[in-house]
Amino acid sequence: MFPAWMLETMDAILLQVLNGLDKGGAYALIALGLTLIFGTLGVVNFAHGALFMLGAFCAVTLKEILSWEMVTIDPTQKTAWGTPLEVRTPYIEAWLGDAGSFILDYSVPFSILFAIPIMLVIGIVMERGLIKHFYKRPHVEQILVTFGLAIVLQEIVKSVFGANPIPQPAPDMLSGSADIGAFFGLPANTVVYPYWRMVYLAFSGVVIAGVFAFLQFTTFGMVVRAGMADRETVGLLGIDIDRRFTIVFGLAAVVAGLAGVMYTPILSPDYHMGMDFLVLSFVVVVVGGMGSLGGAVAAGFLLGILQSFASMNEVKSIFPGIDQIIIYLIAVVILLVRPRGLMGRKGVMEG
Amino acid sequence: MVKAFKRHSDTILMLVFIAAVLAGPVILEPVGAGYPDLLQKFAIYGIFALGFNILLGLTGYLSFGHAAFLGVGSYTTVWTFKLLSMNPLPALVFSILAAGLFSLLIGWISLRRTGIYFSILTLAFAQMCYNLAYSVLTPITNGETGLQLSQSDPRVLDTAFGRDYGAVLPASDLFGIEMTGYPGFYFCGVLLIICFYIALRIFRSPFGLMLLGVKSNQNRMNYTGLNTRPYALAAFVISGMYAGLAGGLLAVTDPLAGAERMQWTASGEVVLMTILGGAGTLLGPVIGAGVIKYAENIFSAFNEGTLQSAFSFLPEPLQHIAVSITGLFVGEGWHLTLGMLFMVIVIFLPGGLMEGVNRIINLFRRSSGGGGEGTAETAPQPAE
Repeated sequence: MFPAWMLETMDAILLQVLNGLDKGGAYALIALGLTLIFGTLGVVNFAHGALFMLGAFCAVTLKEILSWEMVTIDPTQKTAWGTPLEVRTPYIEAWLGDAGSFILDYSVPFSILFAIPIMLVIGIVMERGLIKHFYKRPHVEQILVTFGLAIVLQEIVKSVFGANPIPQPAPDMLSGSADIGAFFGLPANTVVYPYWRMVYLAFSGVVIAGVFAFLQFTTFGMVVRAGMADRETVGLLGIDIDRRFTIVFGLAAVVAGLAGVMYTPILSPDYHMGMDFLVLSFVVVVVGGMGSLGGAVAAGFLLGILQSFASMNEVKSIFPGIDQIIIYLIAVVILLVRPRGLMGRKGVMEG
Repeated sequence: MVKAFKRHSDTILMLVFIAAVLAGPVILEPVGAGYPDLLQKFAIYGIFALGFNILLGLTGYLSFGHAAFLGVGSYTTVWTFKLLSMNPLPALVFSILAAGLFSLLIGWISLRRTGIYFSILTLAFAQMCYNLAYSVLTPITNGETGLQLSQSDPRVLDTAFGRDYGAVLPASDLFGIEMTGYPGFYFCGVLLIICFYIALRIFRSPFGLMLLGVKSNQNRMNYTGLNTRPYALAAFVISGMYAGLAGGLLAVTDPLAGAERMQWTASGEVVLMTILGGAGTLLGPVIGAGVIKYAENIFSAFNEGTLQSAFSFLPEPLQHIAVSITGLFVGEGWHLTLGMLFMVIVIFLPGGLMEGVNRIINLFRRSSGGGGEGTAETAPQPAE
């Protein structure tokens, strides 16, 4: 059907697009939360990466708790040293049997349930306890205080979980790879793609759609959008906009946390993963346009894909090191050409 | 008359500063900071923060990428050592020039935007430099290992003047005085004094006032028909050159340059120093740099053993609890203390330590029933 060279480029391109999508999904989720917070509260949240990291460590914690082991001594068997054999079974398996081992295997997806309330509480506490006092303060101070908070959260996690990455396995059933190429009519086994990355992509799609639907189709969302447009007027109409914005902050924290939970099988979480993602997510927000939700999502996927294209060997041989800097380079170009970002609104954070 | 007083007060400030720096080893002896390695750090980071303050304190632009200039300065110095001479003077001149050029380029682009966009642009540039230094530029930066001197370096000028360092790795020396220990400190200290003097002159000059105008209301400045960007760019380049000098000095006192010096955490550190001391004040950043480097040194040196002996007056179980709680904040966990300090300062004392001092002075004056002129507004303006 196609000439051979074309097939080769096609599967190379398809592979890079796919590779970029899951990373793009993570960027999009973090950037979405950042934009929500920025659009509603007008606060630049440098601690958002730390929320992503906390989410990932929710998964780690749940996994730890689930794998607490019950030690029983089996008198019928002996070890090589002649001592009675210790049988270690996680409590959850001992209590729930097969359902227990299922939960253990699927600990990452189950962490979602665990992470939602935790992240919501963390987000609301953060907003009420700290961010609230910074609405009227200059942006520089907002940046600085959230930056300090990010360091504190990061160091706390480091002192609890240690400095090394803690690998989290994906569920057994989803740890293989799918032969995507065959699906698109390409020869078998040329384009393979891990199942978990597909899950992540689908998951980020669902979360993004959920957030948009929430803002678009519920009364609560309508009020929030109105508040983003003109906070004072909404307040004058007798709506307690502050309380709603607090909940929005909690929601943004949950979104970042879930992005972190589901990302753990792709990248073993360590304490500084949040900062690594934060810098990139800021770039994503700026490229997408401060305060534009759609822009944040689009820019997240766009930059994810471009980054994975830049890490192709063919591209690297032409521009060495391009994979390291492509995102920043694009941000610089975009900011100079379109100062408001791709979909930025007029009047939001002009300057 | 007021003017005359002001001029005098500057002279006094300068004299006190010179005396404090030169007598540093003696003054800081009682707090256990009177040894050259730490004093060198005080002076070097003092220069770094002084320069950063010219940008943040005067123009209100918050750069998150100044570590890149520090790194450029270090690399340039080590390369000059390798190629030309172990004398620090040419190395520092080249470092300042390189960092200046670099900051001219980055500033020219970044200053097209203000506020948060500016911060993110500088952050992006610094991360870009860091990533490049780690990957593609390995032939220049020696990647993860860091750039080091080696015995086979050409050192053209040194060979031309017949200096031979033999089979040992040379230390940097200024016409025969090795730049380690106290001579190293005094070299940095003299440069710190010069930098402080330049900063003082900038603060008092019409140029400095113009920068303050940019900070307080850039739009209004533009409406008066003035193009503010060259002024902001000049401030950016000057602060970049300060950073280059500081980076160069780091490499002079310890001839080694690594990419981690360019990481954004290093940029965050200089922001913290400036804020802690008081952005926009003259002395603040130097004090902030000193406090942070001192605290880093003290806190990170603590370990479980010292903690246990510190809490040995408590009964056993209490001692255990106290040790494990404080253990979080010292040694490896020193960054936690730093982060907390950072938050506390931004929340309660946005003007930094200098504002705290001013507040105390004002309180004192008011309580002693002083005249109205004593309570003049001294609070620094918030950055925009």
